[in-house]
Amino acid sequence: MKLKHLLLGTALVASTVVAAVPASAQNSIYIPLLTYRTGPFAVSGIPIGSGMADYLNMLNERDGGIGGVRLNVEECETGYDTKKGVECYEQVKSKNPIVINPYSTGITLQIIPKAAVDKIPILSMAYGLSASADGQNFPWIFNPPATYWDGASMFVKYVGEKEGGLDKLKGKKLGLVYLDAPYGKEPIPLLEALAKDYGFELKLYPVPAAEAQNQSSLWLNVRRDRPDWIYMQGFGAMNPTAIKEAIKINYPMNKFIGNWWSGGDDDARPAGPQAKGYLSFTFNQTGTNFPIIQEIIKHVVDKGKSQVQKDKVGETFYNRGVLNSIIIAEAIRNAQKISGKKEINGEDLRRGLETLEITAARLKELGAEGFASPMKVTCQDHNGHNAAFVSEWDGTKWNKVSDWIAPIKEKVNPLIEQASKDYVGANAGWPKRSEPCDKSS
Amino acid sequence: MLYREAGQYKTNYAADVSVFPLREDRVGLAVILFLAFCVVPFISNGFMLQAVLIPFLVFSLAAIALNILTGYTGLISLGTGAFMGVGAYACYKLTTFFPQVNIIIWVIASGFFSAAVGALFGLPSLRIKGFYLAVATLAAQFFLSWCFIRVPWLYNNNVSGAIEVPTRTLFGIPITGATATPFTRYLVVLTIVVVMTWIASNLVHGRIGRMWMAVRDMDLAAELIGIRLLPTKLLAFAVSSFYCGVAGALLVFFWYGGAEAAVFDVNQSFFILFMVIVGGLGSLTGSFFGAALIFILPIALRVLAPAVGLPLHPSTVEQLQFMIVGALIIFFLIVEPHGLARLWQIGKQKLRVWPFPY
Amino acid sequence: MDLLYKIFVDPFVQMGAAPDLLVQTLWEGLVAGVLYALIALGFVLIFKASGVFNFAQSIMVVFAALTLVGLYALLRQWGVRPTDLAAFLALGLTIGVMFLLAVAVERMVLRPLVNQPDIILFMATFGLTYFLIGLGQLVFGGESKVMIAEELYLPRGSYEIKMLGGFVNFQKIDIAAAIIASIMVATLAIFFQKTRIGRALRAVADSHKAALSVGISLEQIWIVVWFAAGIVALATGIMWGARSEVSFALEIIALKALPVLILGGFTSIPGAIVGGLIIGIGEKIGEFYWGPLLGSGIESWLAYVIALLFLLYRPQGLFGERIIERI
Repeated sequence: MKLKHLLLGTALVASTVVAAVPASAQNSIYIPLLTYRTGPFAVSGIPIGSGMADYLNMLNERDGGIGGVRLNVEECETGYDTKKGVECYEQVKSKNPIVINPYSTGITLQIIPKAAVDKIPILSMAYGLSASADGQNFPWIFNPPATYWDGASMFVKYVGEKEGGLDKLKGKKLGLVYLDAPYGKEPIPLLEALAKDYGFELKLYPVPAAEAQNQSSLWLNVRRDRPDWIYMQGFGAMNPTAIKEAIKINYPMNKFIGNWWSGGDDDARPAGPQAKGYLSFTFNQTGTNFPIIQEIIKHVVDKGKSQVQKDKVGETFYNRGVLNSIIIAEAIRNAQKISGKKEINGEDLRRGLETLEITAARLKELGAEGFASPMKVTCQDHNGHNAAFVSEWDGTKWNKVSDWIAPIKEKVNPLIEQASKDYVGANAGWPKRSEPCDKSS
Repeated sequence: MLYREAGQYKTNYAADVSVFPLREDRVGLAVILFLAFCVVPFISNGFMLQAVLIPFLVFSLAAIALNILTGYTGLISLGTGAFMGVGAYACYKLTTFFPQVNIIIWVIASGFFSAAVGALFGLPSLRIKGFYLAVATLAAQFFLSWCFIRVPWLYNNNVSGAIEVPTRTLFGIPITGATATPFTRYLVVLTIVVVMTWIASNLVHGRIGRMWMAVRDMDLAAELIGIRLLPTKLLAFAVSSFYCGVAGALLVFFWYGGAEAAVFDVNQSFFILFMVIVGGLGSLTGSFFGAALIFILPIALRVLAPAVGLPLHPSTVEQLQFMIVGALIIFFLIVEPHGLARLWQIGKQKLRVWPFPY
Repeated sequence: MDLLYKIFVDPFVQMGAAPDLLVQTLWEGLVAGVLYALIALGFVLIFKASGVFNFAQSIMVVFAALTLVGLYALLRQWGVRPTDLAAFLALGLTIGVMFLLAVAVERMVLRPLVNQPDIILFMATFGLTYFLIGLGQLVFGGESKVMIAEELYLPRGSYEIKMLGGFVNFQKIDIAAAIIASIMVATLAIFFQKTRIGRALRAVADSHKAALSVGISLEQIWIVVWFAAGIVALATGIMWGARSEVSFALEIIALKALPVLILGGFTSIPGAIVGGLIIGIGEKIGEFYWGPLLGSGIESWLAYVIALLFLLYRPQGLFGERIIERI
């Protein structure tokens, strides 16, 4: 009995040594996807992960890859846990990934310093560190189409519109319900700055991650304070509970706006029919009415090569994952064009991302007309500060109820510059940008 | 035949009470140290060092810490994660205040902060015993977790609430931060862990360790023979938290490169507790074994499954990992409640009389 | 001075100023307390009968709820048309699954560890927790699920009563939870006092050896007790799942049951209820009125600190047996 243990133990250790040899991948481009299909945020992570993987697999199936080179897509399970995310990063690093999608602000923050040293670009689409929009100080980090600060400014702009003008905000109370984690705290500096400028009062309602399903006291506070509008920076299991609690205290749903990660179908649906009218920002459309989604269904979902349930295709978060992969694919095409190579590496993709320009015409070509806002990335601006729109939940699906709202760039940009400077100052020895700037072709 | 006392005479008391009386043991230890210092860093690739060996050493140190408290003194503690966090944040604040002082000094110094906090939360241990003390330490865990998020001074008012590790050097070579190579970091961590294990070994084999074990076995009897309970228990909390604090600082500065409050939550405490259970309560070698099994097993599963060709999705591997860890804990408790360390001891005993059965 | 005012006077002023909010907070505390008490009840049952501190009770809550929802979905998939038939059939099957779980636990975990010290058994339930987490996620998937509250005829909606200058909102599901909890406690109390098996359980709780010597089968008793705890876990899972949703995040909330046990005593059923109510109400009032002083979010540790303070003065809890240490 004991000998068996000893042998088993040694076999396990030996296998780790053996299996740690990285798997080589010839003639393909390796794209790791850091996803979470387990844990308290799985409700959001599953459709996103499926969307990301499905679009890239569709390109493999339909076109044989990009530029003739197949895409090697692999998922690494993080459970939205920073520790596992960093582990996944270390694990995939040796296999020459061309880009990392951490899909968690916490993990992104940890990997940002390593990206420049390891020469792997990070694509943190509309999440991560808002200050990393500054391409000068963060040459390896990209976060199109909009930052959290853009989102918060869009919220204030939308509220201003509804109230009859930004000057009417004076004296009003705006509340922020947020996850008590780096992700949730991101919009606070911008909202505080805007509160000073426009004269509204900002009330903060943090939700500790462990209490995500036990928010009744927090919403009692909301009931006591009666803010005029609420912005939610939530994720995962926190969202449906928040909506249910808001209904309980009779908070009007049409004054309750979630950010783009609080607007999933599985966020609003559990709250039942009373959640009708709940609003959320989003920068991608929902529905299967787009040729590109139909292609995914035809080549991947119907052939059983997808992890998604058929009726979930077209939901907000699924389409967002698709958008993420569209950005990756376009960047790969760009990189292949700039470098002249077919099998690009991380440095090539960085240049590809930096000169990324997805015009409305290109979206139409892809079969995604109106799917998302056209976006452009430059050397100085790794984000683009593009517009988003407001959707309303009608009980079964999301409907677009506003035009594309642009962020208040004149407020956001100086803050980003300042934050970027602060970050570099706080981290002594931050490398100065040495990568040259390609001209957009 | 290979492992015998025959021919080894003890000629003074010091030799008689030494920790490793057999020469073969001492030789074995020297070989392991030699391999760890001189061979392993040169033959391992970056992934092995960064993702397997450095965290294994860090968790071994944390497991030693918990073992001192729970294994040797019998005080169940579920606050390990929080005490590690205290050490990590203390080190961060110290190095931001005095960036020119060597980081290793701050790593050790942060242990003292952790020890102070640990002793404070250990005060109830005189009146509370057993499971109830576990709940008291849970109070410490949740309160400190809350502090890590809510006290902005701790993370330098950083907007994101996370701390980033600045680059620090030793003899001109960077040892923390993004530019430090796994090689240098591994050597630094190994040195610190070896030295602290040596100190812990001396503590538990000496007078203080015997006081702790007396308190564990029956504290009323210990009090009767003259051991003062409160100072002993507080000392156990303090020393254990010191080790936790150093482990926490090592974790953040030499492994992660940054941290946020969620790293030191209650799951981390449970994680270390499992290592101690599986490794063996009351044994320093057990801490190493437990850390190895509980930490390396999931990685092995994750890397092994695709290598063997099983088409397991990463999330399935994750779930299997939970099930296997849980099943392993139950299995070990049934088969050998004293953990891997006891199995090791039995193995050595069998080796001493080999090739005879007894 | 200002600080003292803020701590000792201001919260009471606030309480007076908005009495409807006070009543609402008290009600919320009551509801949370009832749910904590239900989880604690499961702990107490097992501790009373076998001396095992079942750390896995919280994951049993999640597991039971997940099984119910999963079986319901499966039955619907297999074509069982009427929703209430599917729901109650799923409920019956889940009760069966909890019974099988009890048998499995007794066979594979308790029986091999029969004479080990308590701490070993405690650690074994840790292992059980992790195992069930992995199994639950593997079988049912990691995302959260919606509890089939409607199909089980649990009421939806709320009563809004205008009182004291504002309104107080009573969720019907919370009222249902309180009623079901009381019924369960009453049933368990009658079960323990009046039936033969109840007497056997009390005998086992007093002394294993004496119970064996009068011919009580320990294995059967343990299966019964774990099964009862499983039923309690199922009820808790249904209630809590109906209030928010069924996900693994519930498992951490269930750690709150530990302070409840401390307050009430590990071996007392009425103690679990009283302790739950005290912790629930104390937590909500503390968070709402004193929380903003400290930056809010103090709910995560307030319960433990209350329990800790209690422990210093009355280690056995309100209703627990006095701990007598013998040399």
